[in-house]
Amino acid sequence: MYQTNYVKAASTEDAVGHLAKGGQLLAGGMTLIPTMKQRLASPETVVDLAGCGLAGIEDAGDSIRIGAMTRHVDVAESALVQNAIPALAALAGGIGDRQVRNRGTIGGSVANNDPSACYPAAVLGLGGTVHTSTRDIAADDFFTGMFETALDEDEMITAVSFPKVAKAAYVKFPNPASRYAMVGVFVAAGDGHVRVAVTGASSDGVFRHDGMESALSANFDAAALDGASVDVDDMIGDIHAAPDYRAHLVVEMTKRAVAAC
Amino acid sequence: MPEGTTKDGIGAALRRKEDKKFLTGSGRYTADISRPGQLHVHFIRSDHAHAKITSIKTDAAAKADGVVAIYTGEDVAADGIGGPICGWVVTNRDGSPTNEPPHPILANGKVNYVGDHVVAVIAESLQQARDAAELVDISYEVLAPVVDLASAAASMQIHENVPNNMYFDFELGDEAAAEAALADAATVVELDVRNNRLVPNALEPRAALAEYDPVDESYTLFTTSQNPHLTRLVIGAFMLSIPESKLRVVAPDVGGGFGSKIYVYPEEAVCTWVSKKLQRPIKWTADRSESFLADAHGRDHINKVRMALDANNRITGLRVDTLANIGSYLSAFSVVTPTILHAPLLSGCYEIPAIYTNVRGMATTTAPVDAYRGAGRPEATYLLERVMDVAARQVGMDPAEFRRMNFIPKDAFPYQTPVALQYDIGDYEAPLDKALDMIDYKGFEARRAEAASRGKYRGIGLSSYIEACGIAPSAVAGALGARVGLYESATVRVDPTGTVNVMTGTHSHGQGHDTTFAQIVADKLGIGVEQVEIIHGDSDKTPFGMGSYGSRSLAVGGSAIAKAVDKVIDKAKIIAAHLMEAADSDVVFADGKFTVAGTDKEKVLSDISLAAYVPHNYPHDRLEPGLEETAFYDPLNFTYPSGTHIAEVEIDPATGVVQLVDWACCDDFGNLINPMIVEGQVHGGIAQGVGQALLENAAYDETGQLITASYMDYCMPRADDLPDFKVDYTVTACTHNDLGVKGCGEAGAIASPPALINAVINALTPIGVTDMSMPASPEKVWRAINDATQAQAAE
Repeated sequence: MYQTNYVKAASTEDAVGHLAKGGQLLAGGMTLIPTMKQRLASPETVVDLAGCGLAGIEDAGDSIRIGAMTRHVDVAESALVQNAIPALAALAGGIGDRQVRNRGTIGGSVANNDPSACYPAAVLGLGGTVHTSTRDIAADDFFTGMFETALDEDEMITAVSFPKVAKAAYVKFPNPASRYAMVGVFVAAGDGHVRVAVTGASSDGVFRHDGMESALSANFDAAALDGASVDVDDMIGDIHAAPDYRAHLVVEMTKRAVAAC
Repeated sequence: MPEGTTKDGIGAALRRKEDKKFLTGSGRYTADISRPGQLHVHFIRSDHAHAKITSIKTDAAAKADGVVAIYTGEDVAADGIGGPICGWVVTNRDGSPTNEPPHPILANGKVNYVGDHVVAVIAESLQQARDAAELVDISYEVLAPVVDLASAAASMQIHENVPNNMYFDFELGDEAAAEAALADAATVVELDVRNNRLVPNALEPRAALAEYDPVDESYTLFTTSQNPHLTRLVIGAFMLSIPESKLRVVAPDVGGGFGSKIYVYPEEAVCTWVSKKLQRPIKWTADRSESFLADAHGRDHINKVRMALDANNRITGLRVDTLANIGSYLSAFSVVTPTILHAPLLSGCYEIPAIYTNVRGMATTTAPVDAYRGAGRPEATYLLERVMDVAARQVGMDPAEFRRMNFIPKDAFPYQTPVALQYDIGDYEAPLDKALDMIDYKGFEARRAEAASRGKYRGIGLSSYIEACGIAPSAVAGALGARVGLYESATVRVDPTGTVNVMTGTHSHGQGHDTTFAQIVADKLGIGVEQVEIIHGDSDKTPFGMGSYGSRSLAVGGSAIAKAVDKVIDKAKIIAAHLMEAADSDVVFADGKFTVAGTDKEKVLSDISLAAYVPHNYPHDRLEPGLEETAFYDPLNFTYPSGTHIAEVEIDPATGVVQLVDWACCDDFGNLINPMIVEGQVHGGIAQGVGQALLENAAYDETGQLITASYMDYCMPRADDLPDFKVDYTVTACTHNDLGVKGCGEAGAIASPPALINAVINALTPIGVTDMSMPASPEKVWRAINDATQAQAAE
């Protein structure tokens, strides 16, 4: 790790002030700290968000609002989340390992938009809203590519809201080594429309699959996906899974998510 | 617990004495040790697999904050520092010796793998050393990498004195006889297998801390070693020309080795060398990335196997041609592992009249490859137990029955194989029968059908292995090219009050020696294990010994301890006779008491030890005072553990995921000292074998970059990958050591990979899959299922 300056922000405004001056936001640090230890990142100033009061889970009527600094373990164990959107609690409980879940936060995960992260699939699959220091961004507008989001340079996430839906499930095929999602599919059904969000698979990051959404909106049954296909050209290929295998797993995991709804 | 033993003695499943410190985080590892004034070294490693170094500019780095010195290969050469030596070489087929290239501790003009040590930057803090390292400017002229083992001979030559990139060309057995058997065979079975390359992944990374004392001109090296005496010998005599008496090597608590910490590495030699140059202690701790790149890797063989069967399906001959990837330099036991520890195992548990094998050890621009848990024996067992299944399938026999009919019968021991070994004792049907029963082999087809009803392919696979551990005797090893002895040593010191210190030349880095060895001593002396301290790992405290590897510690080191205890008892009996005014021959020692037959006279060990150290009433005319004995034990033969492991798997055709659903094993380790520790060793060995068979693979890309260089890509086995293991034993006691013990440390890793791959293939046989390479990753299995299904559809 290179030498760095550490600042603990007292509020969102304070943090945004440091951010505007080039500071690097630190939420749970589950990506940033290992990257810094490898000397692959060398921020001049690290701005710790732990003192900004951004942790907490609220029932907002039709939706659940989760503060950006809420840890995965707290989402996983929240009775509110477990009752309203059990798939979201289960997803949080399956991220990383116990140590990661005790430190990692929803805001950090969503802001980083790692193509193998689980949370982006929930935000996009449920059609959630990302609340920031300046505005609200619909999930469909938020994730713009691998590690890319709609956040401006001096904008930070404060919370994420998830609509309560009738049925939802997340099924992940973990990378055997890292146990990140090699393919993760979040399926949500409500108001006669089905959303299918896929993480881990595409070189563009999390994405929705129109074909499977249409098929499932017409007939919410795994059998409706027989013959469904995913464009192999969009798939990531690595030593664990070639693009055609990933494409196959996307359909297979979607079927399993539907069956689990 | 066998009759007549104490509650702490041989056969008792005691909890490990050493666990309290480990479980409470109180272990003291090399990296936990700091010395006043110590400096830190950071090694700049090669980013290239194969390149000439055209220049190294250190000016800017030398001026950086905290930097004390920067050294390169030129400094190493100028000081006449030698490289790590190869501890065992072989004679080639044509009678020429193994080609041994130089291995400088800092690269001198050329790098030969990604991770090769190029520059040592020494600074007041590690942070400063790392910062300064980024200012060192190294220019390379990149050369063609040599990554692919199969084509290594035809690739760019790496070392001047290693033509065709072949370090050695070894053979064993009778080629004409094996070829004749194949020519006359009713059935010839052929199989090509690859033994995948593994990274050892000890929990504790390697580390070293060297200190020079200018007052008595001596060095102390704390290091992560499985055999501190050998490290002392090699660094002292062969690398730095330090009188052995002026070098103390301490291997304190060591967090796993699996072979990778047997060898002397450049880093610990650099620390020792520089500690005198700078007159300050030098510390280094590998980070995990360095462990991946520069710990000696394991396995990496390509084998071509041909087996001959007669009309009755009895094996008549075997030929194996092996390419072994040795990597960029000859690590200490890199030559013996794929030759002497591999070729003689090719007879397995079977009567095979004719065997021939050729092993060519190839240089590549990858990390050095050396012994890793099992060391040659897993590679031999894998190919043999795979081809046994292929043969059984080819002739339409049940694989268990095919093995059984070819076993060496239990009345045939001692049994001389055609590949050098003489097995002293064994009974291979007993563990096979027990393991078949444990897993309900007869009920398997019903389980397969039930799994099929759930859309899963279920398979069962077995492996009946033999292993040879406790390499010995020294004279034979020497004739086969060993440059070390293979005995073990022990000093047993009874204190005046009757407590006991045991100084052993072995080294415990997870095996539980503190407990197992204490049980032997407690049992023999009739005292409690808490009265026995086991001391190891410090060359100043322990007699010269060979350390721990090759499942040798109990069979060889434990036998040395037992011998030393026997000497103590012999002396104590004479003292007891004197104290009780009896004839020597009338003194009986049993259950910790010295008694005189026919009287009520009685002395305990502490009475004797007190008399030995306060010898007021003592047989001075016959004995020296004191009660301390040393024994060196050089075994007459290897020991031969054996057994059968059976794996049962379920495969999800939609994803290719192989789930290991059941495991039964029955091993014959001879007598067990501590069954709980033995079971732990079996569990750990199986876990590593499951890792090799399903998960682990060290992969280099075509440029020679290690692409599985972190846990993000290198897949280790985890607890939830494993079922509950059913573990049991049969016993045929080793005939040539008094304890009747064999060795259990590597058996699980040797037996398990072929059992598991055989189970995967068995699961997929109904759809036409006939082969599977390791690791059987989900993608590979899914693809095999797809290909087979498409082929069936096309028919």
